[in-house]
Amino acid sequence: MNTATKTFTIDVNHVTRVEGHGSIRIDTRAGEVKEVLLQIVEANRFFESFTRGMQPHEVPWIVGRICGICCVGHQLAATKAVEDALGLQVSSQTLLLRKLLNASQFLQSHTLHVYFLAVPDFVGVPSVLPLIKTHPEVVKRALGLKKLANDFTAVMGGRALHPMSNTLKGWRKLPSLEEMAKIRDRLVAALPDLAETVAIVKTLKIPPYERETEFVSLHHPDEYALYDGDIYSSDTKVSVPVAEYRRVTNEFTVPHSTTKWSKWHREAYSVGALARVNNNFDQLHPAAQQTAADLGLRVPCYNPYMNNVAQVVEIVHCAHDSLAMLEQALDQGLVEEDLGYTKQAGRGYGATEVPRGILFHEYAFDDQGLCCDANAIIPTSQNINNIERDMKDFVPRMLPSMSKEELTLHMEMLLRAYDPCISCSVHMLNVEFED
Amino acid sequence: MKPKVAFFDMASCEGCQLAILNCEDVMLDILALVDIVEFREALSERAPRFDIAFIEGSINREVDADRLRSIRARATYLVSLGACACNGNVQARSNLEAPAENLERVYGSEARDRVQKDPRFWPLWAHTRVRPLKDLVKVDFELRGCPVDKNEFLHLVKSLLLGSIPRFPSKAVCVECKMNGNECVFERGETCMGQITYGGCNAICINGGYRCDGCRGTLPHANLEAHRQLLREKGLSDQEIHNRYHLFCSTDNINRGRLA
Repeated sequence: MNTATKTFTIDVNHVTRVEGHGSIRIDTRAGEVKEVLLQIVEANRFFESFTRGMQPHEVPWIVGRICGICCVGHQLAATKAVEDALGLQVSSQTLLLRKLLNASQFLQSHTLHVYFLAVPDFVGVPSVLPLIKTHPEVVKRALGLKKLANDFTAVMGGRALHPMSNTLKGWRKLPSLEEMAKIRDRLVAALPDLAETVAIVKTLKIPPYERETEFVSLHHPDEYALYDGDIYSSDTKVSVPVAEYRRVTNEFTVPHSTTKWSKWHREAYSVGALARVNNNFDQLHPAAQQTAADLGLRVPCYNPYMNNVAQVVEIVHCAHDSLAMLEQALDQGLVEEDLGYTKQAGRGYGATEVPRGILFHEYAFDDQGLCCDANAIIPTSQNINNIERDMKDFVPRMLPSMSKEELTLHMEMLLRAYDPCISCSVHMLNVEFED
Repeated sequence: MKPKVAFFDMASCEGCQLAILNCEDVMLDILALVDIVEFREALSERAPRFDIAFIEGSINREVDADRLRSIRARATYLVSLGACACNGNVQARSNLEAPAENLERVYGSEARDRVQKDPRFWPLWAHTRVRPLKDLVKVDFELRGCPVDKNEFLHLVKSLLLGSIPRFPSKAVCVECKMNGNECVFERGETCMGQITYGGCNAICINGGYRCDGCRGTLPHANLEAHRQLLREKGLSDQEIHNRYHLFCSTDNINRGRLA
């Protein structure tokens, strides 16, 4: 069958998890793309409504439940916003521990994504399961790295998922220095595994499609911004304070999505690993910059499929950065801190980078110190608009040369490249030909 | 033939499925003993039937209720995976407000009117109220907690593989906490839900320096009035106690959307 005269519909139901259950619909008639829609069908959970009435310290603890994979990031962004509202300052020790907790989440999430979601595509198998037989060493390495990252989070926060030891101002129970030293030793021992990871990713054939877009991420004058910074645009090269995030996200609703969409200087913008690497490349650890060079990632990079590569670059960065931070914590030791605070009315803003991109939280508290207003803008909802634009741009370019199977795979891989939440269920893509 | 196991998610953070993926040490052993036939995160296959269906998440819409009934019809054993599936969890707190009020707070009044009046929005936006799975279908086993405890998950899988019925003791978090030798949260001058909450988590939140917020659900014979009195003695007002009980919405009266 000649693709150019083909009429077909691609329907993906329940594409995504976490930040959005989603579906894709691509309608093609006689070689022309009639419609490309990315629907978000996630059931509303109304976090921004039901946080009202909560105590300040309860808010980060509860809103971490927005996302299992990014629970640490949601906790940290909410913690920063609540502290901003109450005018609380944090110590350098707390800052260090939070950066370590955050780095552990990046290691966990990126490892999961690269090995369990991206690699199977490139190897040409439907999931990680067949790799257990064909590539047992790869699967064992992946499981080992993932376990190390999870143990790292558990040592820092008390548990790998929804950690409870961290709160406003600091730590309810400090991590054990002995356990932190063990994590450091295991990270050192895992560096050859990271080199193997880079070697595997180097063999993957990345689809060569590019579309220029605006990249948005945090930017910090002194470090590669993952925990803190201002909001930076690759278009204007200018930073905006986090408190003015609504100027950036400009949310709007569309009928085919339960997620609010975003746009800033263009019709859509992109957040995530590739946006961060593009915007803050010079601040990456030298080993991570070398990894980027080895994997052919040169900034600015406008190929969304390269987000997988950017994640590997960040794995290397976070491993080296964590080693330095763990050494610092072990050198200086940890001291119990006073976590007391006075409740007051106020409004505050917080942002962190999470593996999938920049995350904003905002809370207000009333005279009794109870939460009375909340807003959270998650990376996936910022990316959805950009992903749909990529699809609309790429599908007509791919259509003449690709079979329906190839096109379907490339759409799956595109989604997967942006976000493991979305990528997972793209395996349920059904392609229907109408003639 | 190996038992067929499937995983599904409804309204949740999907952290409970992640907690299961975190069983790295025994993952390959489990995969040698069962066939994972549906797991949206990892597999493309869709199965007609399964021996064990794990479902994470609460039911918030009719489309999800239909999906749940279809899964129930295809499963020998159905397991509620985690607090959202067992009790509704944190989002059940939204049951205390009208859906229109929740929609307005999150999306604004203009969007609220649109999604309520334009039929194109209804299938996705027709939020009813947050319900646990057991409100809609027969549930065979419950794995409690936010997130689930992976040892309880492994106990359940092992029991079913051996042909026995998994049992979970009905002891309080407070018992496990005492056995761990933790300083009592009440002694620290704070308050705790550990006395009235299902154990099985090894009191992990108190071990980690926090308190119990009751995510695993209230024990069937918990003396709530006595517990309320304990909280009052620590200076909590009735409103504060109400808020506390509604944090994880873990008691039956609360998660049905009725005020206790």
